[in-house]
Amino acid sequence: MQGLDDTLGQILTAHRKDPRRLVQILRAAQSEAGWISPEIAAFLADELCMPISRIHAVVQFYAFLYDRPVGRYRVLFSDNIIDRMLGSVALRQHMQRRMKVGRGAVSADGLVSIDTTSCTGMGDQGPALMINNRQIVRLTTRRIDEICDLMRDGAPLEDWPSHYFTISDRIRRAESLLGTSYVPGKALAQAIELGPQGVLDDLRRSNLRGRGGAGFTTAMKWELCAEAEAETRYIICNADEGEPGTFKDRVLLNSFAERIFEGMAIGGYAIGARHGVIYLRGEYDYLRAPLEMKLAAMRQRGLLGTNVLGVPGFDFDIEIQMGAGAYICGEETALIESLEGKPGRPRIRPPFPVTRGYNDMPSVVNNVETLCKVVEVMRIGGRAYALLGTKQSTGSKLISVSGDVARPGVYEYPFGVRIQTVLDDCGATDVAAVQISGAGGMTLAPHEFGRRIAFEDVPTSGAFMVFNRSRDMFEVARNFMHFFAHESCGFCTPCRVGCALSASIMDKIAAGLGAQYELNELTRLGAVMRTSSHCGLGQTAGNAVADTLQKFRPDYERRLMAGDFAPAFDLDAALERARQVTSREDAQAHLEGVA
Amino acid sequence: MSIRNSFTIDGERVDFEPGQSILQAALAAGVFIPHLCFHPEFSAHGSCKLCTVVVNGRNGSACTIAAMPGQEVRSDTPELNQRRRMLLQMLFVEGNHFCPGCEKSGNCKLQAMAYELEMFNDHFQHFFPDRGPVDASHPEVMLDRNRCIQCELCVRASRDIDGKEVFSLAGRGPASHLVVNAASGLLGDTPFAATDKAAEVCPVGAIMVKRVGFTAPIGRRKYDGASIRDQIEHPAPAQEG
Ligand SMILES: Cc1cc2nc3c(=O)[nH]c(=O)nc-3n(C[C@H](O)[C@H](O)[C@H](O)COP(=O)(O)O)c2cc1C
Ligand code: SF4
Ligand code: SF4
Ligand code: FES
Repeated sequence: MQGLDDTLGQILTAHRKDPRRLVQILRAAQSEAGWISPEIAAFLADELCMPISRIHAVVQFYAFLYDRPVGRYRVLFSDNIIDRMLGSVALRQHMQRRMKVGRGAVSADGLVSIDTTSCTGMGDQGPALMINNRQIVRLTTRRIDEICDLMRDGAPLEDWPSHYFTISDRIRRAESLLGTSYVPGKALAQAIELGPQGVLDDLRRSNLRGRGGAGFTTAMKWELCAEAEAETRYIICNADEGEPGTFKDRVLLNSFAERIFEGMAIGGYAIGARHGVIYLRGEYDYLRAPLEMKLAAMRQRGLLGTNVLGVPGFDFDIEIQMGAGAYICGEETALIESLEGKPGRPRIRPPFPVTRGYNDMPSVVNNVETLCKVVEVMRIGGRAYALLGTKQSTGSKLISVSGDVARPGVYEYPFGVRIQTVLDDCGATDVAAVQISGAGGMTLAPHEFGRRIAFEDVPTSGAFMVFNRSRDMFEVARNFMHFFAHESCGFCTPCRVGCALSASIMDKIAAGLGAQYELNELTRLGAVMRTSSHCGLGQTAGNAVADTLQKFRPDYERRLMAGDFAPAFDLDAALERARQVTSREDAQAHLEGVA
Repeated sequence: MSIRNSFTIDGERVDFEPGQSILQAALAAGVFIPHLCFHPEFSAHGSCKLCTVVVNGRNGSACTIAAMPGQEVRSDTPELNQRRRMLLQMLFVEGNHFCPGCEKSGNCKLQAMAYELEMFNDHFQHFFPDRGPVDASHPEVMLDRNRCIQCELCVRASRDIDGKEVFSLAGRGPASHLVVNAASGLLGDTPFAATDKAAEVCPVGAIMVKRVGFTAPIGRRKYDGASIRDQIEHPAPAQEG
């Protein structure tokens, strides 16, 4: 234990023994010890002067923190519907058989544990899995066999063939963001020439709107933050990209990182913030080291640090903090809670982050793509920027295309592009449905493919999942409902209970025990979740079920039984405990026996 | 009070003091809005969603929305009450709430709200959660997590009034559950005391002081005779114990 205590001591020192860095500290402790044992929890509680219950609360909230031992190899299969369509379930079962371990369990020798996890952001190159925080894509049975052999041999991950871990960008269509050259520092220099107010004015002229989903006007967000009285302000980059089927931020983080940093620095200059934080989802841990290197290079160039670009008093730097497997932490106030070392439960709003955010200081939270667009606005000017796209949705939008298409990947279009155009470009044929903007977005049927991607018509944070006519839209909706039940933070009643009830009703229908009654129940539950939930997760969790019920009803109806109702409750099975206690197995101890 | 500091609930005028939430102003004015996680002595939590109302056409929690001049609030409508019944049913099936066998019966706010809102059955499939056995390790108080509705009143009371931070909510989604500040996980190993504020705020039968059970027989308890609507705890802290 002495050695471990020393290691933990070093981790604590690196984090200045700051309780607000608890999530980061726990991640680091776990990468040393494999899991957060009771001893580690007690040690950290002591050193951080906090109740041990707070440690438990955090560890048990995040999917990638463990309060019990896991395998030396922790395998997590991405469980989005797209991975499933690519065969992930059979691959997982194959691995489970070969390693002799059940789902969610640890093998007897402690070597491996196998489970599923929410979409890992590899929809264009799945099926995908994570192993000890590394991502492996394009899985095949052969690849799984090789992985099993490597695990059996106990080979350290560093010695595995490096091409396993190669993740491609797959940029299929480029416009003003992906398709233009970039000179580091040019946009920032332009911002300094304009002055803080000038930047805000130009941003307003561009009518740039946030790419994270809600579409809030970036200029207004920045102005509100700049106006709030405070000593410190923060610029936070939301790189949590957890929306199933979205991966465009991953591409930006991988190949356009300097623009993200520069966008943050421009924000810092405009609103008077000295600190920037990137909240990077745990799934993208492999991007962390390259990002740190690029940050160091930016500092060297004088684009970050003190007196940035030689402007006296303009100090701005960026740090990266990691998420730990919680989709809800993409919601901006849950993200801030997580940054402060707490479970990611959304705050009561107002106050909004722009007036009281990270460390109770005014904070701007922007999506990765939004920050890249800021650089573009500075480069070409707000007025020119506003010429692309539609009036209410200016500029271009990155779309993550996956599913039944010939060419999955990232596509950049001017706002206003029709769904059908995207489908034609990505080689999708015989399309039955497109799921836009992730699991809580819209499910569009063919008669809607003439609609346009824009805030005023079909808004999207970037996901574009395509399903052809061979697909079962009931199973798509069932997968999404389970995603929400798994990711609900649990704070409010309608979402915490409503998602779980809806998921179990979907399972009941899948088992052939559903009737018209269950369809009505789904609708009733969806209405309460939409109208009463605390945040966007619960408010949108029922969308896919509602949309598919309306547009793809036959996929539900062919599963329904003839009668009015069948109980999900299996009375005879419920008597099992009683039979065990009384050591009875005779006919009289079974329901049929009595009848 | 000037006309500027008033709004309407279901057409009825309610005066408020700046800084009050819609729920606080309503309760002070004698207008009942169902609620569970709100308590006059603590800052709002906004999690049970029972107090959901429609303010100027938009849904929101009355306990977290600031009262503003001229707001038009709808609350006592068939649709909103139907929603509240469903939320109550969700809370009932999520935990193990078998009222006839529970010592809290008659003093329980969850049960009282169910009576008030005429919730006649649990409707949904029961979860039968297993959040661990009853924790009877403490000499004076017992803890039955399976009856917890996650309102965090004990969390707030212990942290903000008792200065002990005995309780936290851990876990995520339907697996959320109460944990206590002890390495053993047992209430008996925490500095908790029956005289703590946290021992008296639990709206349900999750935190129960021992050896006072049945001092009042069922039938003569707080909500047995009169509805919870007529026994609102008022915002002035002085009136509380
Ligand atoms: C459940 C939920 C998940 C979200 N996930 C993300 C996300 O992964 N990335 C993101 O940028 N915004 C996400 N958002 C939106 C953020 O709350 C916030 O609006 C956004 O980061 C603001 O940035 P923008 O103005 O640049 O769009 C999410 C919102 C909700 C309700
Ligand atoms: S809607 Fe769901 S995710 Fe959002 S606060 Fe409520 S329980 Fe948490
Ligand atoms: S134990 Fe009681 S007071 Fe504490 S969260 Fe649960 S229901 Fe609320
Ligand atoms: S009383 Fe308002 S949400 Fe619980």
